[in-house]
Amino acid sequence: MMRMNAKEAEQLLVSGDPIQLGQLAGAEARKRFGDRITFIVDRNINYTNVCVNECRFCAFFRRKESKDAYLLTFDEILGKVREAVDAGATQVMIQGGLYPDLGLEYYEKMLRLIKENFKITIHSFTATEIQHFARQAGISILDCLKRLQAAGLDSLPGGGAEILVDAVRQRVSPKKIMTEDWLHVMECAHSIGMESTATMVIGLGETMAQRVEHMERIRQLQDKTGGFRAFITWSFQPGNTELGGEKTSGWNYMRNLAITRLYMDNVPHIQGSWVTQGERIGQLTPAFGADDLGSIMLEENVVKAAGTAYDMSIQKMVDMIQGAGWQAAQRDTEYNVIKTYGGKADVR
Amino acid sequence: MTKELILQAREKANASLRLNLQEALALYEDNDLLFLADCARRMKEKKSGRQVFYNVNKHINLTNICTSGCPLCAFQKKEGEPGGFVLEETDIAKILEEAKSTRNLGEIHIVSALHPDKPFEYYLNVVKQVRQALPQVDIKAFTPVEIVHFSQMTGKSIKEVLEILQKAGLSSLPGGGAEILSDRVREIICPKKATTAQWIETIKTAHKLGIRTNCTMMYGHIETIEERLQHLFTLRDIQDETGGFQAFVSFPFHPANTGLDYLKRVGSWEDMKMMALSRLILDNVDHIKAFWIMLTMPIAQLALGFGADDLDGTIGEEKIIHAAGANTGRGITRSKLRQLITEAGFEPVERDTFYHPVEAGEEVFK
Repeated sequence: MMRMNAKEAEQLLVSGDPIQLGQLAGAEARKRFGDRITFIVDRNINYTNVCVNECRFCAFFRRKESKDAYLLTFDEILGKVREAVDAGATQVMIQGGLYPDLGLEYYEKMLRLIKENFKITIHSFTATEIQHFARQAGISILDCLKRLQAAGLDSLPGGGAEILVDAVRQRVSPKKIMTEDWLHVMECAHSIGMESTATMVIGLGETMAQRVEHMERIRQLQDKTGGFRAFITWSFQPGNTELGGEKTSGWNYMRNLAITRLYMDNVPHIQGSWVTQGERIGQLTPAFGADDLGSIMLEENVVKAAGTAYDMSIQKMVDMIQGAGWQAAQRDTEYNVIKTYGGKADVR
Repeated sequence: MTKELILQAREKANASLRLNLQEALALYEDNDLLFLADCARRMKEKKSGRQVFYNVNKHINLTNICTSGCPLCAFQKKEGEPGGFVLEETDIAKILEEAKSTRNLGEIHIVSALHPDKPFEYYLNVVKQVRQALPQVDIKAFTPVEIVHFSQMTGKSIKEVLEILQKAGLSSLPGGGAEILSDRVREIICPKKATTAQWIETIKTAHKLGIRTNCTMMYGHIETIEERLQHLFTLRDIQDETGGFQAFVSFPFHPANTGLDYLKRVGSWEDMKMMALSRLILDNVDHIKAFWIMLTMPIAQLALGFGADDLDGTIGEEKIIHAAGANTGRGITRSKLRQLITEAGFEPVERDTFYHPVEAGEEVFK
């Protein structure tokens, strides 16, 4: 298949037909992965909500002196990892705000403690955090990543990319990592064998040309490094943010999803986002080119409620996949299949 | 399911040719969702081009007190049970007064429970009251199940009941209560209400009197896939005979708060597949409705790619479906509906009950 160029992608993002694009994108996904749709069981641990960046699209951050600001202790973090391991998670995703004064040693110690105590993949820290850690330590991004890798960091999630066009970033998150720096963090990580994913957030008021520019930057870097495992599009959630605005519609999300499968031809996995679009749109995403439905994020209360509730959420994911006629499979962080679920579900 | 049959079914669907039950089952099993969507949308475009319809309507549920006690229902109350209600003349007058201020209100949609004591005159008076208060508005009221109930209460024939209501101002029937037209299924989900034969008789009688109706399906409960698809062929046969169906509306079963709450709500994949398959099977029905309060708005918008050409109305105060746990909003503004249709590349057309275009106002209302 001829590689889609930026002009074509922009045109399709403006007026492409999601059904026809979905047919092409779905065929591409099936060619690579057959009828298999994967998911991962992991836990998000947000160690702090304190953040110096104060992005306009973020509903999570607090100032350090704020009443509901928090920073988890190592014991609390290890407790959460233990719960995740007990519940069958294969990955923890540790992410937090940019805390003003913790120091790189703090993060190294956190990683070491986890690795000493548990056999679990640490897929953690966005490029934004890595840049923050490096600056605080006064070392290069590459050195920072090497130290974190030595301490136990396995791979990087692709968050914080939003739209990799500085004009957009200046508007929605002026204090956060800029385009070149984000790409630099990823390139450094890939150069030391630390793979990652890449994300895009749509609905931030960006133009279609800017979306394509974002995809193009990642596609170019991928041609060079091959270190991106997956590409994930989230739609901006306007609730409780300063930016506000309207949520991306189902029609536009599906069109965008299909185009990412076709455009990001060098990234193997395309995730459908049930988290930002809801389970009902999520179930349809494999038809539009997704081969992975991301994570069953073990919620605090779900993990604590132990066995039953947890089974339910895996069951729900498997039902969602099988209910659409696909083969459901649990994967690890590297996208190796670790368990397949037999038989297609009785859709009723 | 042989490969040849699937191939043959795909060819026919692709060419918008009439399908038979075996072919429809083959397409169901084949499960190629966007292929079905593509075929269904082409059939839609042959019928209504780029137009997508909506109307400004208001739902009124007169009572939830019901004698039929259907396991499928979350809305019903027994007489004397807390939460039961009946709207009396003054309540209705209030609703109608409010309705008068709704610009471009095109339709009043009335469906209710089978109340044990309220006589036929009560319902008849409601029609008269609405007709008097809103002379220009279409009155789409009473499912065949209710019509059969009126007939049984009064000893009048179905034809007589319909003629009386028609004379009082009834414009059309909503076509609900069809569920799945299989007596095996009805025996389990709604044993006490109108049978398959009674539903069909009522609909055919209405059509012969020039009362147009919709047709419906409630799927995703205890029916087999064959029963579900057969239901669509039954509707197609009726339409071949009478031509009186305007639109088809499907309702995925919402199990919460019903006697069948051990079931799971089918997923959106199934909803979209049925949307496309119903468009393809019902080749003689003009319009396929995506009922957003059932499907959620993002899915209803997406359904426009799967053969739907009607997003129903702006709906105020729907109660029956929300009782079964639908957590969609209770209404949507005209401008939002139009925006969603335009965004999907279609032309929004505000319609009356009979799918005549009406001029759309621009103001935003609840």
